Amino acid sequence: MKRARQVLLASAVLGAGAAVARKRLPRSTAEPRETAARWLTVTINRAPTDVMPGDTLPPPLDGLADRLEARVRPAPGDRGTELAVRLKDAPQAAATSLPARLAGQDPRQEVRAALREAKSLLETGEVMRPDTPPTTRETPGGKLIGMLARRSSGEGVL
Amino acid sequence: MKALCWQGVNKLSVEQVPDPELRNDQDVIVRLIAGTTCGSDLHLIGGYIPAMRSGDVIGHEFLGEVVETGSAVRRHKVGDRVVVASFVGCGRCWYCANDLWSLCDNTNTNPGIAQAMFGYESGGIFGYSHAMGGLRGSHAEYVRVPFADYGAFHVPEAVDDTSAMFVSDSVPTGWMGADLGGVKPGDVVAVWGCGAVGQMAARAAILLGAERVISIDRIPERLAMTEQHIGAETIDYTATDVAAELRERTGGRGPDVCIEAVGMEAHSDGPMHLYDQAKQQLRLQTDRPTAVRQAIHACRKGGTVFVLGVFAGAVDKFPLGAVINKGLTVRGAQQHGQRYIPMILERMAKGELSTAHLATHTVPLDEAPRAYDMFKHKTDGCVRAVIRPGT
Ligand SMILES: NC(=O)c1ccc[n+]([C@@H]2O[C@H](COP(=O)([O-])OP(=O)(O)OC[C@H]3O[C@@H](n4cnc5c(N)ncnc54)[C@H](O)[C@@H]3O)[C@@H](O)[C@H]2O)c1
Ligand SMILES: [Zn+2]
Ligand SMILES: [Zn+2]
Repeated sequence: MKRARQVLLASAVLGAGAAVARKRLPRSTAEPRETAARWLTVTINRAPTDVMPGDTLPPPLDGLADRLEARVRPAPGDRGTELAVRLKDAPQAAATSLPARLAGQDPRQEVRAALREAKSLLETGEVMRPDTPPTTRETPGGKLIGMLARRSSGEGVL
Repeated sequence: MKALCWQGVNKLSVEQVPDPELRNDQDVIVRLIAGTTCGSDLHLIGGYIPAMRSGDVIGHEFLGEVVETGSAVRRHKVGDRVVVASFVGCGRCWYCANDLWSLCDNTNTNPGIAQAMFGYESGGIFGYSHAMGGLRGSHAEYVRVPFADYGAFHVPEAVDDTSAMFVSDSVPTGWMGADLGGVKPGDVVAVWGCGAVGQMAARAAILLGAERVISIDRIPERLAMTEQHIGAETIDYTATDVAAELRERTGGRGPDVCIEAVGMEAHSDGPMHLYDQAKQQLRLQTDRPTAVRQAIHACRKGGTVFVLGVFAGAVDKFPLGAVINKGLTVRGAQQHGQRYIPMILERMAKGELSTAHLATHTVPLDEAPRAYDMFKHKTDGCVRAVIRPGT
């Protein structure tokens, strides 16, 4: 209880939007909608005041700020700060379907990638970039791996 | 520049590839002095590690000279002789800050692939598939080292190139197995595998005060080397019943700590081997866990099994019953090199730990495919082949 109140307090103090309770949707339609509405979240090894100084989202999330709701709270056990964001307009199920994700058209992918980059920038001052130029040759299997790799900063458990 | 490229399953070739470039301000470019073959490479050469692309440069255990530094590099300058940890750690995420460097949050640029496989991704590693970040490997004339202030270490004058090179990967891996396996004075430790990793785990166990260390393999020259250079006892698993032998040597208790340094392509003579191999080839299991099963079975009640061998996915017939009924701790990790490298270099400079005997062969880069063939088939007494691009 005490912790829950502290957490709420922290997000209120930081003005990062109230910790919105997820709306319970009727069972039949809940799953895809629920996925689309889920908060995307990372834990950043920095203090909450470093993560959202003056209430503004850290780069590159700041560029998406008008489309996002956000909340921050201290992570338990000195693990830094939990930063959660989600699109104000939850995308339609079709937009988050597998084909859409493979095509790179799921709007959450951009948010996930930005969240990951924000964390890296705050923690290390840079976003590690892959090696170039590539040394690989195009093969059918290689193309598929390349596509997965390109999508992969926007996919996953974040 | 020239580089050793993976071309497909069991196909390696030396190719001309573009030079690497500084991509971030905290990068350095290292000119390779020496790199070496690692058992982990065999798993990707054999096609057991997913997400390799034709043309990928392999290699992750290496030493070199800094030839270019990014504008934010503070601890290195051009001309420094450095050994580089095989996993890249940013130094500032929660994992790096807690000395769990191979779990770094910020160095795997393709996190989604490993997240799909494991739930969460590990950090990036040089030359070890696109699932592990897709960084170029070190068997080349030059390699880019990201976050070099954290992953590259000055080598003391007293330590020669070849000896120091193993501090990149095999020495800290072995050390981690003994350390995180909880080896303490008075323990009896058993180590499966007498490759460089197993030998270094055995040596670390001795230096951490183990009363007896018993190493297990089948290759005569590796067993002899482990006795002579490491100071461990050995068991040839093809000549005896390993569990019975360990029971007899440990007063019926079993080893306190069992370290597995074999990995997903373990060999065995038993009928289980055919079963495992068939399932692996049919992709019904991705890995062959022979030595892990044996270690879990042999371990004393309440003991610890530490898995250093690399596994990529699912295994079959995992003896979960033994784990729970014997109250075992089972643990594994990719190596947290940055945690151990400074201490290891210091011990090497003082002569407490030597690695030179592991370098059984030295070849120029052009002959790297032949060196890997020898290393894979364990011919000509090969334990580690050193690849020297400058020769
Ligand atoms: N965790 C890490 O960070 C890390 C780092 C480096 C290497 N590794 C892994 O450690 C393992 C060993 O690496 P290496 O470079 O020493 O490889 P290696 O191929 O040189 O040695 C493996 C040894 O295991 C022996 N072996 C095979 N089946 C056995 C069995 N059933 N019982 C006992 N011994 C058996 C082989 O004869 C060989 O000597 C590999 O799986 C490698 O991928 C892990
Ligand atoms: Zn290795
Ligand atoms: Zn890190």
